[in-house]
Amino acid sequence: MADFTPNEIMTIVAARALKNDDVCFVGIGAPSAACNIARLTHAPQITLIYESGTIGTRPNVLPLSIGDGELCETALCTVSVPEMFRYWLQGGRITVGFLGGAQIDKFANINTTVVGDYNKPKVRLPGGGGAPEIATNCGEIFITMAMGKRAFLDKLPFITSMGHGPTGAERRALGVKSLGPTRLMTDLCVFEPDPDTKEMTIVSIHPGVTREQIAENCGWTPRYSATCFETPAPTAQELEVLRDIQARTKAAHAA
Amino acid sequence: MAKFLDLAEAVAENIRDGDAVAMEGFTHLIPFAAGHEVIRQGRKHLTLIRMTPDLIYDQLIGMGCADKLVFSWGGNPGVGSTHRIRDAVENGWPHQLAIEEHSHAAMANAYEAGASNLPFAVLRGYIGVDLPKVNPKIKSVTCPYTGEVLATVPAHRPDVGIIHAQRADREGNVLIEGITGCQKEVVLASRRTIVTVEEVVDTLGAPSFNSTVLPHWTIGAISVVPGGAHPSYAQGYYTRDNSFYIAWDKISRERESFLAWMKDNVLDKTPAAFAVHAKKGSAA
Repeated sequence: MADFTPNEIMTIVAARALKNDDVCFVGIGAPSAACNIARLTHAPQITLIYESGTIGTRPNVLPLSIGDGELCETALCTVSVPEMFRYWLQGGRITVGFLGGAQIDKFANINTTVVGDYNKPKVRLPGGGGAPEIATNCGEIFITMAMGKRAFLDKLPFITSMGHGPTGAERRALGVKSLGPTRLMTDLCVFEPDPDTKEMTIVSIHPGVTREQIAENCGWTPRYSATCFETPAPTAQELEVLRDIQARTKAAHAA
Repeated sequence: MAKFLDLAEAVAENIRDGDAVAMEGFTHLIPFAAGHEVIRQGRKHLTLIRMTPDLIYDQLIGMGCADKLVFSWGGNPGVGSTHRIRDAVENGWPHQLAIEEHSHAAMANAYEAGASNLPFAVLRGYIGVDLPKVNPKIKSVTCPYTGEVLATVPAHRPDVGIIHAQRADREGNVLIEGITGCQKEVVLASRRTIVTVEEVVDTLGAPSFNSTVLPHWTIGAISVVPGGAHPSYAQGYYTRDNSFYIAWDKISRERESFLAWMKDNVLDKTPAAFAVHAKKGSAA
């Protein structure tokens, strides 16, 4: 088995979830890395869209922001931000929205707004940005986040963007037709929603990871699918592509 | 009709204490030089409107220029927190800051509604989330044709809209290229406008019939400030200074280091200090 870090397998497993014909709305950070690894490996024709308005972008280094010049220069075209949110996102043109987050619950609702009371916050996080509308207007949602007791919570202090709702039933009850979170890729395992309850359920465990480790890093008692298997380890090629783009990115951002 | 003014004159003529001001530019073309001039002129009690407050509002808020922030994503992109905004919201330093928080989609729609001379914007948004519970301006309307309930937000109609652009011609027509964000909407939604530009040219050289051009009669003041978008960027002129965005995390983390940086790099400087960042043709 090749040597890899938890963060590397998280990014690579997230990349594998994308298909060549996807039109993907890319969040910054971990999602951006995963989407570009997909483009550089098994999904060369994937359309990557960033909320800055760049459509079909093919960056050579990972952007630090969602609006780096690299994204515009390598895009098929660039539209204004109102057009991006109205015609392309709300217009239903996006097959997959790829999000990260600060905190998540068992129904894949996400908090990136605040820890503590909204009006007297203990920690003020950046806020929702594009995520509240990405979460409901894309065909489905992939999420990638590292696990930890402060990130995977039984109950969120604030719902910035809806997964399947506080009890798993609200998304359908509100009449939202898109699928919502269908896959959550972490540094330890992969979750998918239970078809009935919508609770995020572990479908594969990364090589070398134990159920105890997962329990220690999860704020609720996670359920396992009856068919839970071991996640295939990253291949040498996947690792090479990931490390190459990360090295190029580090050099570019330090310049 | 656009008037060519020094940036100091443009700010003095157009921005008053208590104004609602939108300085836009979505990562690209952020009008930093104009923001610094507002700080130097000691404007107070501003309502600052911007999708991504970015470092420019971190600086204005840390220097005590604002009473209120209207925004949708308040971080240092790819780096982490905007520490001065956090200090204001969490600890009331340098004073209390009211916030009105939206999503990107709502902010973009609100600018478009303002430019369209409509009272509010309508969108399929804020479904199943908590923001409408803490922002009473988010309301809803029932579609008269289908019965669908849709979210609404009031149009943005800033007292002053400020943007940075690549260039103007001698009449004051302005060209924006690359990631154009919602700058066109901000100019058309605002009562007064200031546009800073990299340069003034004899002919705009718009690259296509459909280029984003703001006619001179939509603009109040134009100030020539080469490098005026640094540390953001001007496509075709200079690239985003990502290393500065990373460095800002340390500079802004403590109040003392922030104030020292602001004194040396803003209070004791003029708009001419930005020229060092303007290196035409050096962009990747």
